Amino acid sequence: MKLKWTSYPYIVWMIIFIVIPLVLILFFSITSGDVFKIGEFQFTLDNFKRFMNPTYLKVLGRSINLALKSTLICFLLGYPMAMIISREKIKKRNAMILLFILPMWMNFLLRTYAWLTLLGRNGLINYIIKKLGFAPLSLIYNDKAILLGMIYNFLPFMVLPIYSILIKIDKSLIEAAEDLGASKLEVFTKIIFPLSIPGIVSGFTMVFMPAVSTFVITSLLGGGKYMLIGNLVEQQFLWSGDWNFGSAISIVMMIFILISMGIMTKFDGDRKGGGLW
Amino acid sequence: MVNKSLKKIYTTLIFLFLYAPIIILIIFSFNSSKSRGVWTGFTFKWYVELFKNEEVLTALYYTVLIAILSSLISTIIGTFAAIGIYNMNYLGKKIVLNLNYLPILNPDIVTAVSLMTLFRFANIEFGFLTMLLAHITFNIPYVILSILPKLKQLNRHLAEAAMDLGATPFYALRKVIIPEIMPGIVTGALIAFTLSIDDFVISFFTTGPQVTNLSITVYSMARRGINPVINALSTLMFLSVLGLLIIINKRTSKDMKSRGDLI
Repeated sequence: MKLKWTSYPYIVWMIIFIVIPLVLILFFSITSGDVFKIGEFQFTLDNFKRFMNPTYLKVLGRSINLALKSTLICFLLGYPMAMIISREKIKKRNAMILLFILPMWMNFLLRTYAWLTLLGRNGLINYIIKKLGFAPLSLIYNDKAILLGMIYNFLPFMVLPIYSILIKIDKSLIEAAEDLGASKLEVFTKIIFPLSIPGIVSGFTMVFMPAVSTFVITSLLGGGKYMLIGNLVEQQFLWSGDWNFGSAISIVMMIFILISMGIMTKFDGDRKGGGLW
Repeated sequence: MVNKSLKKIYTTLIFLFLYAPIIILIIFSFNSSKSRGVWTGFTFKWYVELFKNEEVLTALYYTVLIAILSSLISTIIGTFAAIGIYNMNYLGKKIVLNLNYLPILNPDIVTAVSLMTLFRFANIEFGFLTMLLAHITFNIPYVILSILPKLKQLNRHLAEAAMDLGATPFYALRKVIIPEIMPGIVTGALIAFTLSIDDFVISFFTTGPQVTNLSITVYSMARRGINPVINALSTLMFLSVLGLLIIINKRTSKDMKSRGDLI
């Protein structure tokens, strides 16, 4: 059938709105001066050199550190949860998954805002602490609050892909192992866990990627004191107006993420990792 | 036995973690004082204020309008694109699909600033149009990815048979292919709609001062401090999502039942 042409409008769209913008960012990152006036810019690598400054490298390090921590905690909390849900009867299982997805459908900012009202200085948790006779704690505007916000927002991204792999595991494999005398622990370490690796890989990517690039959680729960790499980009584009440096950071972030995606997919050879939909 | 109750406790704790903030938000949307710690009495005044709040209402209008327009346009472009991509040769398919993955894999903020740069470069005024274009751009890849699996399931000979019987390619497309892949198209449109409703980062960078959506309004309100009007808004949004999900769930279970009858 000759229906190739139906994709041409999208190919044009893709070139204008996906390819050209990325080329522009790349172009900005290797130039300096006023790019909007042709002839008044020079090619330079200064933007990348500037990023090698310890101040900025520290921001990058902190972003990766927080994102890794939140991914790991999501995994430790999410894997048992996915296992529990996958072993329920089908009706209860579907209801539980629905309950897991439901908060995700609520606006991301409102969910983060909800924690703001809980953790704040006059929030509910501090109210209870004060009632019990202790001094109020400063629970918000620190990196623990940011970590909590990340875990809260991204936990479903870990549970859902693992769950969708776990329910597909052939039950007869487990029965066979049990018949051959494997203990429950052996069944888990030798069969269930290895088979669920594709789900874990997509869970890791789906939590790590948004966590490493977030600037919303940081600016709401970190109170503007904490800089992550996402905040740095936001600051350069919206407040300092240094688009060249901002573009260089974006390019670094993009390359970093594409490389980690590449590494992740290596673990998931057949690309059968369970997605969200 | 111990194992079982341990599981129950664990499940309860996780769901408590997921729902406690939302439930508290809902409860305090009926609290008469601005405080978030003390209950001072029941009131509907934040809801009344919400519906008088010009800022929130305009934001709601733009959110829904952009979600409808962007999901409609991206579904149309995406459906045709998916059919075209499916009929491409190996290399073309590979190139287009990899480019299609870029907005999905790239961090939101990179897509956002790259589009912002494009609009600035093309000298388009930031506002409704730029935000709509941005939303369509990040929606299409998801539409395509939800339609392609349906095309793979499609019997290749079906369209050929239609054309052998005298249908023009376009007629075969309309009468044979599109109805067969309809479930994928509907899923794609729904994903596009929810992504658009929920988007913050890309809208934040590609809109102008006159046009904001709900996410941007919540962000700027939350940065100014706690506002019980947001609690009322969250409650209403949570209830509408809950209602929507129940309807969808009822529909799909009915679908399954009727399908069961057929078999």
